[in-house]
Amino acid sequence: MRRSAVLWSVSLAVYAFLYLPLVVVVVYSFNDSRLNAEWVGFTLHWYRVLFSDDEMLGAGANSLLIAFVSATFATLLGTMAGIAMHRFRLRALPLLVITPVAMPEILLGVSLLIFFVQVLNFTLGLFSVLIAHITFCVGFVAIVVRARLAGMDESIFEAARDLGATPWQTFRRVTFPLILPGVIAGALMAFTLSIDDFVITFFTAGVGVHTLPLQIYSMIKIAVTPEVNAVSTLLMTLTLGLIILASRFAPDALKGAA
Amino acid sequence: MSKLAPATITRWVVSGPPTLFMLLFFLAPSLIMVLASFRYPGAFGGLAPVFGGGRPGEDTGLTLENYQFFFSDLLYTEIFLKSLLIALISTLACILMAYPLALLIARSPKRHRDLMVLLVILPFASNFLIRVYALMILLGPQQALASTINGVLAAFGCAPVSLLFSTFAVVVGMVYVHLPFMVLPLYTNLEKHDPTLLDAAQDLGASAWSRFWRVTFPLSLPGIFSGSALVFIPVLGMFAIPDLLGGTRDILIGNLIKDQFLGTRDWPFGSMLSIMLTVVVLALAGLAARLGQRKRDGGN
Repeated sequence: MRRSAVLWSVSLAVYAFLYLPLVVVVVYSFNDSRLNAEWVGFTLHWYRVLFSDDEMLGAGANSLLIAFVSATFATLLGTMAGIAMHRFRLRALPLLVITPVAMPEILLGVSLLIFFVQVLNFTLGLFSVLIAHITFCVGFVAIVVRARLAGMDESIFEAARDLGATPWQTFRRVTFPLILPGVIAGALMAFTLSIDDFVITFFTAGVGVHTLPLQIYSMIKIAVTPEVNAVSTLLMTLTLGLIILASRFAPDALKGAA
Repeated sequence: MSKLAPATITRWVVSGPPTLFMLLFFLAPSLIMVLASFRYPGAFGGLAPVFGGGRPGEDTGLTLENYQFFFSDLLYTEIFLKSLLIALISTLACILMAYPLALLIARSPKRHRDLMVLLVILPFASNFLIRVYALMILLGPQQALASTINGVLAAFGCAPVSLLFSTFAVVVGMVYVHLPFMVLPLYTNLEKHDPTLLDAAQDLGASAWSRFWRVTFPLSLPGIFSGSALVFIPVLGMFAIPDLLGGTRDILIGNLIKDQFLGTRDWPFGSMLSIMLTVVVLALAGLAARLGQRKRDGGN
C-alpha cells in the first residue's frame, strides 16, 4: 500500500506540473493588471484588446485558412498513402511519408526554405506555407488511416470482390465507409497540427504571411502581455474542442499518432 | 505490355499522387540541402543569400569547406555536445516523471484508464508556444516559485538566482513540452504486462523492489526506448525553447541552424549543420530501433 501511495503522489505532482502553468495563463487572462504577477481583479479588458487588434485577427484568419486548405489536401494525399501502404508492398512510400513525421521539424523547415527560394524562385508567403504544411501533415493522416485499415478483417474486401464488385465499387461501398472515421480523425489532426505549427511556418512564411503562432512568438519574444493570455485561452478552447471531436470519431487515433 | 492489369493501374492511381508529392516536396528539398552543404555561400542558385563575401571560385564547384570549418572550430562541436547533453537530461527527467504515472495508469481499474490518459494528452490542446509562454510566467521573477527559492537562498546569504532565462528553464521547458510523448508509449507497454508474472515472482519470495527491477522494468524497456526516441529527437532540433526560456549562452543546434538561415544567412553552412543534425538523428533512431527490437512487444 505504501508503494501505491508513492505512485499516487508522484503522479499527482506530474499532473499538477502539466496543468498548473496553463491554469495560470487562463486565470491571468481575466486579470485586471498589466503584469502577470498577482491577481488584482476580474476584467474582460484583454479580450477587448485582442478583438480590436487587427494584426492578431488577420493572423488568426490566415491560420484558419491555411489549416483548412492544407488539412484538405493532406487528408486526400494521406488517405491515398495510408491505403497504398496497407494494400501494396511499397518500399519508397512509407519512407517518404513517415520520415518527415519522425525528423526534427527544423530540418523540413530549412530544406523547404532553400527549395522554395533557390530552386523554385518562389516569393515566400501563403503558397509556400500551404505546401509545407501539407508535406508534414500527410504522414500523420496516412498513419491514422493505415492503423484503421490494419484493424480490419480482410475477408470483407474479398467478399466484395467475390460478389463481383469492381475495385472502385469495393472502395466506394466497402473500404471508404469503413475507414471514414479514420479519415475524419486524420483530417482533424492535420487541421490541429497546421493551425498549431510554429517551426515549419517560421521558415517558410517569409514576410509574406503572418499566422497566429508567428504572431504569438514575436509578441512573447519582446514582452509578456495579458493579451497573449487571452489569445492563448481562446486557442486552447478551440483546439480542445477539436481534440474532443477527433476522439469521438476514432478513439485510437490520438494514441496512434503520438 | 499489351494491357496493364487493373490491379497495377489501381496501385499507381492510389500510390502515385502521394509518392509524387513527397518526392517533390520532401525528398528533392532534402537532397538539395545535401548539395547546398557542399556549396559556397552566395553562389547557390543565383539568388545569393549572403551579401558581399566574395570568395574566389564563387558560383562554381563543390567544396568541403563547410565541413572543414565545422571541425576546425571547437565551438560547433561544443554546441552539438551541449545539445546532446540537454536532450539526454531532458529524456531522463521525462522517464523519471513519466514512469510512475504510466505505471499508475496501467495498474488502475480499466474504467479509469482512458480518462487518466486523456488528462495527459489534454495539455497538447494548447499551442506549443502557449505552453512555453505559460512557463515564462510561472518561472518569472515575480512569481511565487522564484521568490520562495530566492527567499531561501537569501536566508543562507546567497545571491538571488534567475529561474527564467537559464539552462534550468530550458530543460524544464523541454520536459514540459515532451512529457506526454514519454507517458504514452510507456503506458502502452506497461498495460500489456501479464499481472500473473508479478504474482509468480511474489510467490517465489521476491520483494516489491526486486519484482519491479527484475520483472516490470526489464519488460518495459521497449516502451522506454520508443518514448526516449520521441523525446530525444525533437529536443535535439528545438530552437524556440532555448530562444524564449534560455539565457544568451543557451545556444543549441537548432538555434545555430536558425541563425544561419535567418540571421547571418550563410545557407551552405546552415545546410551542413542540418546534415550533421540529420546524421546524428538517424544514428540515434537506428540505435533506438535496434534496442527496441530486442524485445519485440514494444509500445508504439
